[in-house]
Amino acid sequence: MTDTLSLAPKTSPRTLPVDDRGGPRQPMLIVEDLKKHFPIKTGGAFGGLRTSVKAVDGVNFTVAKRETLGVVGESGCGKSTMARLLSHLITPDTGSIIFDGEKVGASGGISVRDLRRQMQMVFQDSYSSLNPRLPIVDSIAFGPKANGVKGSVARARAEEILGLVGLNPRQFARRYPHQLSGGQRQRVNIARALAMEPRLVVLDEAVSALDKSVEAQVLNLLARLKEQFELTYIFISHDLNVVQYISDRVLVMYLGQVVEIGEVDELYARPSHPYTEALLSSRPSMDPARRRTEPPLAGDPPNPVNLPSGCRFRTRCALAEEVCAKVAPVLTPLPDSPTHPVACHARQPGAGHSLSPAA
Amino acid sequence: MTDATVTTIAPARPAAPVTPAQGYWGGVAKRLRRDPLTLICLGVILAIVLAAVFAPLISPADPYKTSMMARLKPVGTPGHFLGTDELGRDMLARLIYGGRISLFTGVTPVVLATLIGGVLGLAAGFFGGLVNTTIMRTMDVFYAFPSVLLAVAISGALGAGLLNVLIALTVVFIPPICRIAESVTTQARAEDYVEAARATGAATWRIITVHVLPNVMGPVFIYASSLISVSIVIASGLSFLGLGVSPPQADWGLMLNTLRQSIYIAPGQAVIPGIMIFITSMCFNLMSDGLRGAMDVKE
Repeated sequence: MTDTLSLAPKTSPRTLPVDDRGGPRQPMLIVEDLKKHFPIKTGGAFGGLRTSVKAVDGVNFTVAKRETLGVVGESGCGKSTMARLLSHLITPDTGSIIFDGEKVGASGGISVRDLRRQMQMVFQDSYSSLNPRLPIVDSIAFGPKANGVKGSVARARAEEILGLVGLNPRQFARRYPHQLSGGQRQRVNIARALAMEPRLVVLDEAVSALDKSVEAQVLNLLARLKEQFELTYIFISHDLNVVQYISDRVLVMYLGQVVEIGEVDELYARPSHPYTEALLSSRPSMDPARRRTEPPLAGDPPNPVNLPSGCRFRTRCALAEEVCAKVAPVLTPLPDSPTHPVACHARQPGAGHSLSPAA
Repeated sequence: MTDATVTTIAPARPAAPVTPAQGYWGGVAKRLRRDPLTLICLGVILAIVLAAVFAPLISPADPYKTSMMARLKPVGTPGHFLGTDELGRDMLARLIYGGRISLFTGVTPVVLATLIGGVLGLAAGFFGGLVNTTIMRTMDVFYAFPSVLLAVAISGALGAGLLNVLIALTVVFIPPICRIAESVTTQARAEDYVEAARATGAATWRIITVHVLPNVMGPVFIYASSLISVSIVIASGLSFLGLGVSPPQADWGLMLNTLRQSIYIAPGQAVIPGIMIFITSMCFNLMSDGLRGAMDVKE
């Protein structure tokens, strides 16, 4: 009995059958040309102009097994939509998602239901993520029960996982969400995701609403759980410091597109896309003498309904030239760093930009 | 002094007392106990219900026995505590028996409408899109009529009688309950916990019964309990107009109708059924108000 209450790291046998099909070299997730446009109507009720918000517009990336991919970008750049597309909470318009070598939804691939069992999400709002009418232990046990685990087994397991996320089940299991603090609730949300024994966890601004000390605790918890359960994380955040701390690689989004991907150290040391550069320099300096007063980026992002031609960033970019308005840049690895793709004419040989490196 | 502001995070709290296993309804009961007005209303409603159920046991006289000698005796007449009506029938006995039909016509349509309207609203709110449009626009058609007018129109078309009153009132109450259920469901459906439940791959019915329904039931029940008083009043009104139960029957609305002709001669008796309708609907209203407070999770 005391065994299940211990907070010591302990790997339990999986209650849901899941196997590592692709082997360690197969990426956990391959996303190809993922698109979601939300149609909107403008003008009158009759004959109004039909157009769409291009929330996610042709996104490609891969996530290796057991890595943490950080996703950064401004508000409204499509980070959260992308997170929901990955687990098919929103159906993508086009594009394919390949989970551990199996295409999602395709014949012979993995079904959406099986995908959801292996890919869990943690949302930003810890309060609205929990059913106010359910004791937290039942919220955690819901997923496994819905997937055929016996009620008593699921609840025992839920209590065990509560212990793993640092909440004493004897004290907390029967509590309701409103009886917990924000940090405790977010631990419960993490426990709820873990109860499904996922392999990939999408953390959508999961620590953004927490105060700094609690945020640090939850980040350490996430790091510990990742080791313990061999998890892969997609960590979405607008907090560049947190992303730097937790990520192995970082993906930068701007208006529904990926503008740069790179290893965390390289990307933070050598940001290559002008947008990434601006984002990183927007962080307040710890040295008061070096604090900048002018904003690194002028203005708001353009309206995602009516996007600029060519490169979407050109309206705010210091390097913008004629070619940027004509041709949309494609995500291409830097000449000297094959693991660091950037979508910018100024960084691509032969792109026709005055700053393009020699081919 | 400055180093006092350095905060350290305690690694573990001392063992706090184990939270008692007090469920949601336990909390509701606790909050209700602190609300005397709601408890009094519950008591009055309980008394009226018990009196109606055990009418044959407690009634002082036969509610249908007429007496030409004892017509319109005033309140306080020996043998007739609340006097007699225009046919010499005992008022107290008729009030007790009348509670049976009045409560029945008050509660039954609301229960039926809650079931039907609740399911329709839940479906409209959860599935959205075309389902929502079809259901809610149909409801809007009924909504366009004032409720009393609609009830009169329906029972007028169906003819007088208890069953038709029940049907008319049920139809009248479905749209407002459906609308409440729909809006609460739409709200609950957008919550992240429903999203998280979908992300576990759970079946739709399971998400609805575990995550949506419990959060929708509270507001719908509270609203429905406030409709009981409306239902009693409209049912009494229909009886008053001659569209409800027919004369020898004891019913508060009908009693009001027949006694109104004697209102100048025997005002005491004529207002008694009205007072009963007033007390009952008032108690149901106050009780639903109290329940609203007690059932709110976020105290």
